[in-house]
Amino acid sequence: MEFGLSEEQTLLQDSVNRFLDDRVPLDRVRKFVTDGDDGDDIWQGLIELGVPGLIIPESAGGVGLGCLDAAIVAEALGYHVTPAPFLGSVVMAPVALIEGGNQEDLLRAIAAGDSTVGVAFGEAVGARADAGFEWDGARLNGKALFVIDYLADYVLVATSDKKILLVSSAADGLSRKALTTVEKTRRTGELVFKNTPAELISEDPNVYFRVLDAGRVMLAADTLGAAQNMIDQSVAYAKVREQFNRPIGSFQAVKHMCAQMVADLEPCRAMIWYAGYALDQLPEEARLTACHSKAHLSEVGRSVSKTATEVHGGMGFTDLLGLHYWFKRIGFNRQMLGAPEMIREEAAQVQDLC
Amino acid sequence: MDLSYGEGYEQFREEVHTFLEKYRGKVPRPIEWQKILIENGYAARTIPKEYGGYGAEPDILQARIIAEEFAKSQVSPGMGGQGISMLVPTLLEMGTEEQKKQFVGPTLRGELVWCQGYSEPNAGSDLASLTTSAVLDGDEWVVNGQKIWTSTAQTAHWIFCLVRSEPEAPKHQGISFLLFRMDTPGIEIKPLVDMTGNANFNEVFFTDVRVPQDQIVGKRGQGWVVANAILGHERGSLASPDATLTRFNALVSLMKDETINGQRLIDIPAYRDRLMRIQGRAMAAQFNEMRIFSARINKKQDTKLAGMIVKMQGTELRHELEGLAIDAMGELGLAFGDNPYLRGGGMWQYQYMYFLGLVIGGGTNQIQKNIISERGLDMPREPKVEKK
Ligand SMILES: Cc1cc2nc3c(=O)[nH]c(=O)nc-3n(C[C@H](O)[C@H](O)[C@H](O)COP(=O)(O)OP(=O)(O)OC[C@H]3O[C@@H](n4cnc5c(N)ncnc54)[C@H](O)[C@@H]3O)c2cc1C
Repeated sequence: MEFGLSEEQTLLQDSVNRFLDDRVPLDRVRKFVTDGDDGDDIWQGLIELGVPGLIIPESAGGVGLGCLDAAIVAEALGYHVTPAPFLGSVVMAPVALIEGGNQEDLLRAIAAGDSTVGVAFGEAVGARADAGFEWDGARLNGKALFVIDYLADYVLVATSDKKILLVSSAADGLSRKALTTVEKTRRTGELVFKNTPAELISEDPNVYFRVLDAGRVMLAADTLGAAQNMIDQSVAYAKVREQFNRPIGSFQAVKHMCAQMVADLEPCRAMIWYAGYALDQLPEEARLTACHSKAHLSEVGRSVSKTATEVHGGMGFTDLLGLHYWFKRIGFNRQMLGAPEMIREEAAQVQDLC
Repeated sequence: MDLSYGEGYEQFREEVHTFLEKYRGKVPRPIEWQKILIENGYAARTIPKEYGGYGAEPDILQARIIAEEFAKSQVSPGMGGQGISMLVPTLLEMGTEEQKKQFVGPTLRGELVWCQGYSEPNAGSDLASLTTSAVLDGDEWVVNGQKIWTSTAQTAHWIFCLVRSEPEAPKHQGISFLLFRMDTPGIEIKPLVDMTGNANFNEVFFTDVRVPQDQIVGKRGQGWVVANAILGHERGSLASPDATLTRFNALVSLMKDETINGQRLIDIPAYRDRLMRIQGRAMAAQFNEMRIFSARINKKQDTKLAGMIVKMQGTELRHELEGLAIDAMGELGLAFGDNPYLRGGGMWQYQYMYFLGLVIGGGTNQIQKNIISERGLDMPREPKVEKK
């Protein structure tokens, strides 16, 4: 019995962190954002580390690990604001395809790093007037907005009645367009369907929730990493930046900002571990802990990202320092797959409180 | 992570549940209840049998099951107080064999009630500047000075007290940790009424109080180290996530039972959202606690920061939790004392204020932030100001 990461998990996280430290420093992220390159070298590196097949069974060419393992990788990606088609390819699609069954070929292709998958869950999580599509049992018509990794080889689409579909990027009648958002380390776009064929993966709402919960825990874990990085940068900066002939870190106002960030974030680590573990091992607790970890990390992430920016003074506000990459990453994680107020309402429903 | 609730655990949960069902609504007087709890391993669970505990191996899942089942049934989890939460761990870590034998058992059973004599009028946050003096005269310490904010001094049998025994030494190295009876001649107690209307804490005056020389924990001048060895325990116990869980469950019941304009409080989205927000934080605190507990047993991870933040986060959370109950009740939330419309025995208002006290007590939350930043994050210390 143990509440903590196993040796293998620590090694896994270390190896991803090491790769990202060496090969994907902020300058590389900037290039992805400003030059609009495809980030293939980054994804390739993650493929070499076995990341795409992390939770795919060994029988389908994967590593056969669980959502907790995926969550600690998500944390490392958040820490390094890494651009990578992680959410759909590594977690949400495999969960859906494993639950849906009969998808061994695609699972194999994902595990091998040959196929990527984007995520179009907006319609199911919270439909907006601008979007909307119909599925007639075989084809899709309409459009989906804010599709994560919309240029991936496939897109996992959830309908408002909680069916999960799969659309190939090569499908007839599919057009794709980039949507500019404030967060540029993840690419989001608009998909327009005109009689576009889509394959039914699952019509079981329980599967939809499993996939959604797994996605939410990953976004929350990404925020954990991103917020931790912002704290680390703040503490380091406060020790070297001097004003009034002393390091600003010797001023209590600054110290207390840092202490507050730590006090808020530290329990989140245990929360993510638990939520990841629950996805794998404690099905009766998984829904509630996924909802709460996504909502809670969203709130903590928001306050840490604000405070850390303040600790850096004017420098925190600049593009030069690049702290804003983490700020925006955390913002994205908050808005996607359900904003905290909506998710807390779901948490209340899960417990029959409304 | 390995939290597999195997069959053994389901059976354990059943046992706890059966035990609680047996006593629900029939809990005897605290001192008898405490005895029953220890005998059954629901209090002093991991303290060795030879010192009066139950002597179980530490087990996070069992601890969590006990906490959850007690919280669900809202049956009292037994006695707390500074003797059990602070002195017992101190003695177990730093006491002599005789001290452990003499004090731990009776303290756990509630037969010996202790108070904590640390703070003084001019030594609050800056505790190490305390001036109550202890001078060795023959084989006795002679104690003179004043303590303040001493909780339960009026009912305590004994006090654990920080005194200055080496006036010439640097301030942190001149303190000793003494234990003495509260009925020793020369002790005068003056109750202080707090904002709840209770007089739970006190001023305590010492005039030539004679204390046997061997009633010291640790060596002369080591009192600061002794006190700090377990400050973490006190800080944790002031804001136990288990107690928060119990209150959370009570809050859910309240919000289901009470109505406004015929609508249940829980059906009002603004209150419900606040409730869920608090639950998210309480959950994070609970998991953080499990992590710390696990690290204490397995020693495989560093939980220094995770431990340092418990008091500050926990007391703020409880204050907010109690505050939500008051807010959701509107004017009914003001009821206090003998008001016939009182809800929950008046505990909502009482705890709301009490936890503001605990935001301050046990080292204020500003001091907690100093500790987290300076000792946890290794940030530069404040420049020192020369003594006037
Ligand atoms: C309900 C309750 C029960 C208590 N029970 C006991 C007990 O049983 N035994 C016992 O010994 N004591 C007890 N105390 C005392 C408690 O430990 C002290 O009140 C506390 O340590 C603060 O000291 P002070 O009251 O002198 O406040 P001060 O130290 O005067 O603090 C006043 C304000 O200044 C701030 N401040 C002070 N120094 C700093 C600094 N360096 N940096 C930033 N801010 C600072 C504080 O945070 C606070 O906001 C209790 C207190 C309460 C409220």
